[in-house]
Amino acid sequence: MKPFARLNKFLSKLPVNLVLIALILLWLVPTLGLFITSFRPREDVRTTGWWTIFREQQVVGQVEYETYCASCHGMDGAAIPQANLADPELMNAYARSNRLLVMLKQPLEDDSPHMVDPLLPENVNESLAILSPVHEYIGALSGEETKGSRLTLRNYADALVGYKGTQDYLTDCQEGVESTLVKFKCNISDLLNPEGMGSAFINTLIVAVPSTLLPIFFAAFAAYAFAWMDFKGRQWLFALLVGLQIIPLQMTLVPIARLYADLGLESTFVGIWLFHTGFGLPYAIYLMRNFLGGLPREVFESIYLDGANHWTAFWKLAIPLSMPAIASLGIFQFLWVWNDFLVAKIFLSSKPVLTVQITNLIDPRGANWHILTGAAFLSFIVPMIVFFAFQRYFVRGLLAGSVKG
Amino acid sequence: MTSSIMKQRPWVPLLYLLPALIIMFVFIIYPMFNTFVLSFRDKTGTQPASVDCVPNEPCWGNFENYRYALTNPEMTTALRNNAMWLLLMVPGTVIAGLLFAVLADKVRYEALAKSIIFMPMAISFVGAGIIWRFVYAIQSGGGEQIGVLNAVLVGFGVKPVAWLSDPLFNNYALMIVGVWLWAGFCMTILSAALKGVPTEILEAARVDGASEWRVFFNIMVPLIMPTIVVVTTTMVINVLKIFDIVFVLTGGNFGTEVIANRMFKLIVTDTGRSMAIAVLLVLLTIPIMIFNVYRFRQQEAMR
Repeated sequence: MKPFARLNKFLSKLPVNLVLIALILLWLVPTLGLFITSFRPREDVRTTGWWTIFREQQVVGQVEYETYCASCHGMDGAAIPQANLADPELMNAYARSNRLLVMLKQPLEDDSPHMVDPLLPENVNESLAILSPVHEYIGALSGEETKGSRLTLRNYADALVGYKGTQDYLTDCQEGVESTLVKFKCNISDLLNPEGMGSAFINTLIVAVPSTLLPIFFAAFAAYAFAWMDFKGRQWLFALLVGLQIIPLQMTLVPIARLYADLGLESTFVGIWLFHTGFGLPYAIYLMRNFLGGLPREVFESIYLDGANHWTAFWKLAIPLSMPAIASLGIFQFLWVWNDFLVAKIFLSSKPVLTVQITNLIDPRGANWHILTGAAFLSFIVPMIVFFAFQRYFVRGLLAGSVKG
Repeated sequence: MTSSIMKQRPWVPLLYLLPALIIMFVFIIYPMFNTFVLSFRDKTGTQPASVDCVPNEPCWGNFENYRYALTNPEMTTALRNNAMWLLLMVPGTVIAGLLFAVLADKVRYEALAKSIIFMPMAISFVGAGIIWRFVYAIQSGGGEQIGVLNAVLVGFGVKPVAWLSDPLFNNYALMIVGVWLWAGFCMTILSAALKGVPTEILEAARVDGASEWRVFFNIMVPLIMPTIVVVTTTMVINVLKIFDIVFVLTGGNFGTEVIANRMFKLIVTDTGRSMAIAVLLVLLTIPIMIFNVYRFRQQEAMR
């Protein structure tokens, strides 16, 4: 009887599992596609979908090589010693496919044509289309790097330095391409190139850390007052705070921008720190006050009876006890600031943060997906780590009340 | 609410509150009033809005910017789109979140499932925009499709679709991105509420022979209704302010304009109109604001 009970239980749960797993996959596919793409070479990204890397890879040109060449040169290209195709030196003499084609059309020493059977099309372009994979394959035989399903980190290098040329940054530096040397020094200092994600990463970090700590600092004091002090208008003021939480950011942008222009704070880190502090405060105070207010009354009573004043109670009791709330709040605010686009775009346009830099990299024709995908993932690294390491606190922050805007 | 248990001089609370209050006044209260004033001024914010009036054409005098905000075709498109987002994306997200919460509750890998659904909340909207631009990519020449959605279509022998520029699809395509982003948020909050439903009630109903559907609709949903309302109001606010997704995916072109994007576009070129749109946005959020304060006061009364 028991095995059947188990089977029945399994079967009854099967639909739920299938639906849920299908949905999870659906949720993952977009991100997965971007992630895989970020490691694919530029040409591959442009011509084939990211899912093709899961297909069994056939070595490029093998079929063509077998058709046209293997009968004389053998499967390993070394059957004719004086025309050993696996010899890198020989192959370097025919570096491009069209030269290879010319070579193949040449008659042999005894004046018989090089390729008798099967014949190539008369049209040179068509012949070329067939033979260029052969070149790839011979390249592979002679020990060159193979094209195909290889993955690369070059997109990340391009994204980090902000390379926008037609090859890739590392290759350009190796070959000493003029237009690249004008913009880059080809050493470690390129990571700080203002158009790259490297400098954007540092800018984001400089923005995010104080913008997280400052509101928590000010909110802690205000929240303590709301929770454990008695003053006129407390309820009223706090209700106002609840309302302020959802004021759209858009409502304050222009007046603050004008104020900053007068004070010389445009495009400064101080300006954006203060803005994020101002906008983070209502939610921060709300969350911390709810937490502090929920602490047991007796704890505070006893410390007051021992003769402590509010200052001591705040530092010795309230702050240590509210560490979980501070953690939630910190993670929440950090992710919010790290991911913010609008505020940074307006108040820090000359020092682009990650989100702003990504939008600068977008090519409307979609010609630079390889860089864009790398750039996007560079911006995900820190939030992903924070999210997966501290998910518990993040969720707690969400659940603690209504949600900031 | 616990009241104070230690006497203090009247100015002490002020010391604790003042830094925060000053910052909030400078960065929220004062700008709100200033924005309101600027919404009645012209492009540069220096003269009254009525200077933009053209003779023999409709004009609302100093309310000229509001005429733009309410009647200009670009703005009516934006208002219509925001309304569509509200009607489709808000329920879509809440229902998806509820579905995930219920399903995940029934399996052993609940934590993993929830992490994956919730993950889009950790990344930026701009990053999410890039992810989905790539999903929706179209190769209009002869080449192979590199966008996964069009590749699937072509696989079934259907013509590829320009998801982001075809007015028939693009607004829905954007809303799907929104659901993808926020379903995890709704799921997290609703899931916590579901866990709070006493299991005895559910068991009793099941023993009485109620089907899972009836347990869900007649017991669970009514019990977590307050949470559903909270999630819905939060989503309404999010949708009213929807900006980054549209900015990255379509830039508001091809009939996908939304209020916040319109406001952003005009912020440099026409302060007056931009500010009128901002005021409009705040007016739309006020009902929710009042509701939230009301709900808060109720909660406080119960404490």
